[in-house]
Amino acid sequence: MHGRVKVKSTAQQEEEKRKEREKKLKVYISLRDACFNKRKDGVFDEEALQLTQQLLSSNPDFATLWNYRREILLHLEKEREKEEVQKVYEAELAFLESCLKVNPKSYGSWHHRGWVSSRLPQPDWNRELGLCDRCLSLDDRNFHCWDYRRMVVKASGVSVDQELQFTDRLIGSNFSNYSSWHYRSTLLPLLHPSQPPSPCHQPPVASPTNSPQTHSHRVCEEQLLKEYELVQNAFFTDPNDQSAWFYYRWLLGRAEREEMISCVYVSREGERVAVAFSRPVHAPSVGLILVLDGQPQQVEWKSSHPRLRHSPVWICELPPGSVSDINNEHNLTVHWSEKHTHRDCALYTGRTESWCRDSATDQELFRSELSVEKTSVLQSELQSCTQLLELEPQNKWCLLTIILLMRALDPLGYERETLAHFNTLKEVDSMRSSYYNDLCSKFMIENTILKMEYAEVRVFSLSDKNLTSLCHLDQLLLVTHINLSSNRLLRLPPQFAMLQCVEVLEAEDNTIESLEGLYHLPSLQEVSLRNNQITKLADLEPLASCPKLTRLDLRGNPITETENVEAEIVKLLPSVTDLLL
Amino acid sequence: MAADNLPSEFDVVILGTGLTESVIAAACSRVGQRTLHLDRRNYYAGNWASFTFNGLLSWIEEYKQEAPETAGEEGWKDKLEEGEEALPLSSVDSSISNLEVFSYASEEAEEEEERKAPLTTKAETEDTTDGPAEEPNVVTPDAETPTEERGQDSESPQPNEGGTSEPGQSEEEEKQQQPMSCLPEPPVEVKKKITYAKLLKDGRRFNIDLVSKLMYSRGSLVDLLIKSNVSRYAEFKNITRILTYRDGKVEQVPCSRADVFGSKQLTVVEKRMLMKFLTFCLDYKQHPEEFQDFTQKPFWEFLQTKKLTESLQHFVLHSIAMVSLDTPTEEGLRATQHFLRCLGRYGNTPFLFPLYGLGEIPQCFCRMCAVFGGIYCLRHSVQCLVLDKESGKCKAVIDTHGQRISCSHFVVEDGYIRDEQRKSTDYRQISRAVLITDKSVLQSDSDQQISLVTVPPLDSSAPAVRMVELCSSSMTCMPGTYLVHLTCSSSGSARHDLAPVVSRMFHVPASPGEEPTEGEDRPTLLWAMYFNMRDTSGLDSSSYHLPSNVHVCTGPDSSLGNDYSIKLAEAVFCKLLPDEEFCPPAPNPEDIIYDGEAPQGEGAGFEENSSPEGATEGSETHQAPEEAGEKTDSVPQENEAQNGEDGQTTTPEE
Repeated sequence: MHGRVKVKSTAQQEEEKRKEREKKLKVYISLRDACFNKRKDGVFDEEALQLTQQLLSSNPDFATLWNYRREILLHLEKEREKEEVQKVYEAELAFLESCLKVNPKSYGSWHHRGWVSSRLPQPDWNRELGLCDRCLSLDDRNFHCWDYRRMVVKASGVSVDQELQFTDRLIGSNFSNYSSWHYRSTLLPLLHPSQPPSPCHQPPVASPTNSPQTHSHRVCEEQLLKEYELVQNAFFTDPNDQSAWFYYRWLLGRAEREEMISCVYVSREGERVAVAFSRPVHAPSVGLILVLDGQPQQVEWKSSHPRLRHSPVWICELPPGSVSDINNEHNLTVHWSEKHTHRDCALYTGRTESWCRDSATDQELFRSELSVEKTSVLQSELQSCTQLLELEPQNKWCLLTIILLMRALDPLGYERETLAHFNTLKEVDSMRSSYYNDLCSKFMIENTILKMEYAEVRVFSLSDKNLTSLCHLDQLLLVTHINLSSNRLLRLPPQFAMLQCVEVLEAEDNTIESLEGLYHLPSLQEVSLRNNQITKLADLEPLASCPKLTRLDLRGNPITETENVEAEIVKLLPSVTDLLL
Repeated sequence: MAADNLPSEFDVVILGTGLTESVIAAACSRVGQRTLHLDRRNYYAGNWASFTFNGLLSWIEEYKQEAPETAGEEGWKDKLEEGEEALPLSSVDSSISNLEVFSYASEEAEEEEERKAPLTTKAETEDTTDGPAEEPNVVTPDAETPTEERGQDSESPQPNEGGTSEPGQSEEEEKQQQPMSCLPEPPVEVKKKITYAKLLKDGRRFNIDLVSKLMYSRGSLVDLLIKSNVSRYAEFKNITRILTYRDGKVEQVPCSRADVFGSKQLTVVEKRMLMKFLTFCLDYKQHPEEFQDFTQKPFWEFLQTKKLTESLQHFVLHSIAMVSLDTPTEEGLRATQHFLRCLGRYGNTPFLFPLYGLGEIPQCFCRMCAVFGGIYCLRHSVQCLVLDKESGKCKAVIDTHGQRISCSHFVVEDGYIRDEQRKSTDYRQISRAVLITDKSVLQSDSDQQISLVTVPPLDSSAPAVRMVELCSSSMTCMPGTYLVHLTCSSSGSARHDLAPVVSRMFHVPASPGEEPTEGEDRPTLLWAMYFNMRDTSGLDSSSYHLPSNVHVCTGPDSSLGNDYSIKLAEAVFCKLLPDEEFCPPAPNPEDIIYDGEAPQGEGAGFEENSSPEGATEGSETHQAPEEAGEKTDSVPQENEAQNGEDGQTTTPEE
């Protein structure tokens, strides 16, 4: 057809582009070599600045060149007048801006900008903030820019209040943004710190240094209510957006546990002391001192299991004969000097053992994991979430939050609802069903511990509850009988060795393969492992460290099929008199 | 006379420069058709035009003076050959009716402006009406021309090209204009009463559209602008908010996710229900079970089953789907889906508005046409078509200068067709009102909002009214004022249809300059105009007695988007050139082969085409592609990245 604008064919264009690229590469390589030579010769002149600029504008990720450039600039800084230095650095900022336009996520460019800003004799922080705002408006998740912005904010002293408004703005335009929510969570405690907790709430042994540390992340009640409203708006608008849910969880769970010695146990017969801490520690290095009847003792602290370098439970042998006379009364004190805290324990005449502790119920242990908020607030949050669940019965975030709220409010009272929600969760989010099983196990164990504490017994029984994992075993330090039958346990983990008082273990009808945790349990006498998955003799080896074991039931395990198994076991476990195969 | 200025042979002659005709012109020219594009008016875009305030006053004058159709003088008789007959076209435009104008602004003279203002008006009026008659206006625009032409009727889109506008304007004014058009007026000035004299003096700041439409950001017009690269000729702003009138109050409609999140008026449960419903609408076709019981029933009934509160139902029906109570469910769902799909492409609402008014868009396509060699003449029409008696086809046209120009296709705007050629003269009408007000219908932190306001029928017999309120940064009105467009399908005269809405939502002063009473928080009217525009969008080729190679472009329809006109343009183009692509992207300047460079020189380059039959003064050769390249540079497309102060300007490119 006549009169048509003629356009180059694709092949022609390709060819031209190829040639263009070749030419570019040649220039690039020769420039690069020139730069390297100059650096080798120690030349720090304007020309070098020019050369690196050319190279970096086409490839801003060339870290060596940025380094060279910094060397040159530092050199010029020494040579020039202050005003000139300002000019040089300002030109550098302009150059960097052009680099960022090409690649807004270049590590090299952002880092260099931070460096230049810190060298600038008269920095213009407002311009830098403006640059960040523009960058974030194009991509509100550019973490390079967030990092740089934090640096600018710090250097320029922007008020926390203004920064909070900044997050308001970003969240308003797009609330699917972890960066903004997270930034908010760092600002709020600064801007609206909570009042120090009322003294009556403080545990008796807490030393004064604990309070500010424990509550440093808390936000005052009034602001919290506003935040709840904001975040509810977000998750009601889009319940599948996890950033809001995570922020919500942060809002709900701000309490940190008191650091303390939660239990001291002493056994007269075993001449042993077991100490439980509120968190795993490495006892030999935290300044633990054992004082017996006013005399500091040289003892060796052992972790409950050698695999646990940090453990909440530590054990030591007392000097032979020091407590063995049943007619003597003894006073024990364990000092945790690093935390300026201690716990006393008296072993009275006629008693074979003694302990002193704060129980899980005393500490409101399982509540504080979520919140120490007022019940009324949590109750109204639960109502909102239940309302949302009615509209979105399949929403996993909502289900999970409801479970957490219920646990914070009344773990035993809501047990049935909690289990029902877990079942729904596993259905709607089957990919994570194992996670939910473990979490549910945890909650079931917590509930059982609470029930045990209320009943003031040393028997822990949790059978037929689909347990998949064990936790909080440090809370079972004093338990003598434990029943875990008919669950889905795969192993008795090293932490099981914290059950220093256990005498009878029933774990029938599980799928246990490993007995790693049945290690140095001084009182263990009976173990029933009927219908499990013990296959090898080696699996039984940990039991050899339990001196009092007399009864072992292994019926229904693959190991019973092994030839000559009985003799082997007798050889391995000579104390066992009652072996069922 | 200039009659012999034009070449006497074209592939396509197009009469009328409205949107549809201009798109067809660009498409034809782009694929190498020799295109002549004419308009009898002295401005581009016909009923799609935008006027300065003063320009609009002239347009109103013209309407009043429009002479009745003169019995065609038979000047063309001698141009006809054996076996030919003439088919005369109309020389009068009757598409506008019931025009009424009201001025409410104070008539007191503004200090020191007293003398200057009327002078300016006079100069302008002369310029636009009297001027052209003396000078034959055969123009082959280079890319500059639409701009130059616009100098008379509307603001130049590139303010830095202001130098090309007409001489009547003093440099001083020019300078003032720059900063004021980008900076919001300081609050002190806003309070100052705006007099009629002030409106006249700052009349050039207005770009008043005859047709009020918005561009759906995934509508066919935006797609076409992007595909064809025509977008480079204009700039756009996002509509900033969607409002609705409910229970006597103007409210913001939360439509995007961010709106819903930020809304203070909705409860969290309402937020959830709204989001849930909107998410469903986005892919409603995947969930037929949700609505299959309602396929025969209205969307409204379907909405009521969706647990939406009354206000949410209102928002969805009137402001998102923008349908009526009796619209069927699936159509409502489709409309909602379209709205939602358009969200977020360029901002928080689904709509774009071209800076300097909708009248820019036809001109952009004209420019594209000109760049590829199309020839333009304004104030130049066609008297009659020359038909071959045997084939019944149109062989040529005879223009208003008596020149015979042959062509293989003739495209014409409906307004040029005489009633004799129509099978029916029973038209639908669009009712329009244009208001200049002193403040926004819903004041907010920013006084620079562009709002779409949906006003549901005030009573069962009243029409649903669509209102677009433009602020000064849209370059359509002077700072301190708002330009408000009302549109609805007519049931009576425009004033009958729209005045009730106007008097509800605005303070209408009883006498010019009257102060509103204390506590009046509605905007006060400064000026108002009502008119009806003929809506020919229902017509098709079967509605006319015309040769098969004469294609009629109907005028603007009453809907909010531009899809109807773009689809029509594409359909006409396909009839004209079934084997050609419709508006392919313009090539990059560096990819164009010029004479001498091309290794396989097969045939003519661009130049040969643009100077057919010996170039006349008016149709000189242009290095159009180069021109295109230059323009690319001058259009501030990098705005988004670089321009911090005005990040809202949008260039629809992907």
